[in-house]
Amino acid sequence: MREITLSQAVNEALAEEMRRDETVFIIGEDVAEAGTPFKVLSGLVEEFGTSRVVDTPIAEPGFMGLAVGAAMTGTRPVVDLMFGDFIYLIMDQLCNQAAKTHYMSGGKMSAPLVLRTNLGATRRSAAQHSQSLHALVAHIPGLKVAMPSSAYEAKGLMKTAIRDDNPVVIFEDKLMYNDKAPVPEEEYLIPFGEANILREGADITLIGTSSMVQVCEAAAEILAKEGISAEVIDPRTIVPLDEDTLINSAKKTSRVIVVDEGHQSYGVTGEIAGRINEKAFYHLDAPVLRMGAMDVPVPFTPALEDLTVPTPEAVVEKARKLMSGEMIHAA
Amino acid sequence: MSPAKTASNTEDYLRMYRQMVRIRTFEDNANQLYLSAKMPGLTHMYSGEEAVAVGICEALKITDKITSTHRGHGHCVAKGAAFKEMFCELLGKEEGYCRGKGGSMHIADQSNGNLGANAIVGGSMGIATGSAFTAKLLGKDDVTVCFFGDGATAQGLMYEVMNMAALWKLPVIYACENNGYSEYTRTDEIAAGSITARAEAFGIEAHQVDGQDVLAVNELTEQLVARARKGEGPFFMELMTYRYHGHHVGDINREYYRSKEEEKDWKENRDPIIKFRGWLVEQGIATEDEIEALNDAVRKDAEEAVTYALEARYPDESEVDMHVFTDVKHALA
Repeated sequence: MREITLSQAVNEALAEEMRRDETVFIIGEDVAEAGTPFKVLSGLVEEFGTSRVVDTPIAEPGFMGLAVGAAMTGTRPVVDLMFGDFIYLIMDQLCNQAAKTHYMSGGKMSAPLVLRTNLGATRRSAAQHSQSLHALVAHIPGLKVAMPSSAYEAKGLMKTAIRDDNPVVIFEDKLMYNDKAPVPEEEYLIPFGEANILREGADITLIGTSSMVQVCEAAAEILAKEGISAEVIDPRTIVPLDEDTLINSAKKTSRVIVVDEGHQSYGVTGEIAGRINEKAFYHLDAPVLRMGAMDVPVPFTPALEDLTVPTPEAVVEKARKLMSGEMIHAA
Repeated sequence: MSPAKTASNTEDYLRMYRQMVRIRTFEDNANQLYLSAKMPGLTHMYSGEEAVAVGICEALKITDKITSTHRGHGHCVAKGAAFKEMFCELLGKEEGYCRGKGGSMHIADQSNGNLGANAIVGGSMGIATGSAFTAKLLGKDDVTVCFFGDGATAQGLMYEVMNMAALWKLPVIYACENNGYSEYTRTDEIAAGSITARAEAFGIEAHQVDGQDVLAVNELTEQLVARARKGEGPFFMELMTYRYHGHHVGDINREYYRSKEEEKDWKENRDPIIKFRGWLVEQGIATEDEIEALNDAVRKDAEEAVTYALEARYPDESEVDMHVFTDVKHALA
């Protein structure tokens, strides 16, 4: 199978959906000729024109609000938010307006839009261009949240997101845009709410989101050499969450580590750990461990930044402790 | 009154009058429901501003869109909503426009092009601009009117979307209802300079109009809507009006921010309904008796709708997790 980058995969997904449905348009800063700073959208304006690949002023609340109104009246905007950190700027339009449109109208209106943005530290971009803020929006009822972990996932999830009648936020890891993966030429979609078991195992479950899936897979490789059989699961979407697959795996292996790049406190790792505790408690041989990003603003200097995110080695170390029984009473 | 149309437009004039009376009557009933503790929560009265909503909405087609505000009952009535579904919504009943899930501050009636009230001051400016964007992208000739108050002119979102609307010539009309008060504060204490000049800074043609004169409002809107349909938008209107009640129905002792004399003056000398009624009689369009009969009919409609709504069913408890997502019947099942 051919291999393409995550960036190309997203580009293909958008192009295919824009060809299929003329109500789909892209809006954001430097999305047209510039194709975004990450060049994910290069070539789209040449095919679809500036009426459907719309460069905006630097005004995130404005173009997000515009997209909500456009979505409510018969189009399918794909909003490009250059950095996930800018989500704070659009919170009212996303969380007070888009997320609540369907509910507040008693089911009569909806806002079928996609917010494409990114996450991920270690790009030496400091505290305002490095955050992983998906937990903030996953907290809000009415928003779906997808977290692609490869080029294949990014394409399939994006196409599903565009066809979804609800507001969907997609977080791409900005460090993965050039990572290649096999992606079929034929069209495919990846349904929301269906986790992907990347590797089956018997001793411990590693649940990872976005780039943390790679971290979990690398950890599983190391653990395998030590005779520890790790199961690796990618939830793909954290809203909706495929709870059954996660719970069943926890019941099977009896030990779980949840790895996610959002801040650890009040985050995705805690949410998933909580659900496993509630529904697989008697099957567990150890506490479910959370591994998120450090609860500090992301520092600039590489000497410090690299300390803030989970690594395969750190996951392996925790896994070993869980296996040896060292962590039954303390994390 | 400005002599906008000829006397041959009798039906238009009487419909405008009737719509203004319907708004006032709706609000009087809503206020009574609040005062008698029959309505959950609070509500913001539109009384005094009727000529704005009616003058504007009478210039729109059913396919044209509006976005509304927390003070939104007037816009909802003017765009064609029915009393029964409105009172049901205010009382949180199943038959309300939003099945009781929105209430006064989120009332919406998409069947008539009302994209909804909004409880965030200025929160719907993006939505209105996006609605106009849809019309342009899909080649429809719909116009969208964005209602907002003078208080919302302090929100940054307004300037962001006006900039885009002007750059892209979107068919949107920003209608600033300047009622002189930003919640509990005089507008001149929160708004520097001129409000219309702010729109003009983006190259948007802006007009100020007497918001108590329904014919003047309607005449201006007719012109701007026709031009917006031809791609000459966006436009900005500042409508000088007055809010008879407090910021909301519970804001009763308000002399610390405005005097009773001022309120009395607006109610007695600048009331949009009294003014228009006088003009209708003077022009021979309707007699006093006909007007009284019309008022009585509206009053009776409202009373029946209130009675109906008070007795109507609340939504079933099973609805609490419905409509969170379009494709999941019960989000928590």
